[in-house]
Amino acid sequence: MGNGETTVEKESSTQTALDIPWNVVVHNDPVNLMTYVTMVFQRVFGYSKARAQKHMLEVHQHGRSIVWTGVREPAESYVEQLQAYLLLATLEKSQ
Amino acid sequence: MTVEVTRTADGLRLARLDLFFVELLRQIPLSADPRDCDAARDRIYPVASNDPEAAEANEEWRTYVHPELKELFTTATDAVREDLEDFEQLDESQENWAFEVPALHFDQWLNVLNQARLALAARFEFQESEMSQNGPQTIETVRDLSLFQVHFYGFLQECLLQDLAG
Repeated sequence: MGNGETTVEKESSTQTALDIPWNVVVHNDPVNLMTYVTMVFQRVFGYSKARAQKHMLEVHQHGRSIVWTGVREPAESYVEQLQAYLLLATLEKSQ
Repeated sequence: MTVEVTRTADGLRLARLDLFFVELLRQIPLSADPRDCDAARDRIYPVASNDPEAAEANEEWRTYVHPELKELFTTATDAVREDLEDFEQLDESQENWAFEVPALHFDQWLNVLNQARLALAARFEFQESEMSQNGPQTIETVRDLSLFQVHFYGFLQECLLQDLAG
């Protein structure tokens, strides 16, 4: 019985860690063109042009934009895709 | 100095290129290479997190993701380098060359032009004010020339993006 309880606790703990939402953050840099950043958001996330432009302007005006939030594995994949387009993208735990 | 840009059935044609612009185009693959510049390498190959506690995750990122990025960037650079072997001399003046960016390679060109602009900006520490202006008024130093390169490559990117946007 004791072992069973321990197992449940571990599974619960692991599940909680996996459930923590992660943010995909794009940071401003003075080099990437605004039109290029917009195109990348449309391609990577399938965003509409209006939504992609909103995030692009947020990056440009505020220095960063959270472009996606969700579980870690796809968040890492998105960061890799954005870096493949040479955007300055990072991963952070959602508050 | 005038560069003529037109869309053809097969790509984006640059004409009326003098030897200066021919050389700028030929410099794209070399400019995209971070070589000995740590700042350029760090910009082209960033880590996954800015969190000081994410050192282990960032090390894994360097181990597993950076080689994939490097392969992608190298493949794109090889395609651009091969394209750059096809300049067309239109007359004997040395002031009238043409070159076509193949439509099939627009994505590779966008990528490599971006690598080059980012690497040059990191290497020469260009400031936001320098990037937002129209480029240097005169070219007297290597830094001036590099800033001009960054602006010229940005102009090419805009042409490609306009075409991709239809």
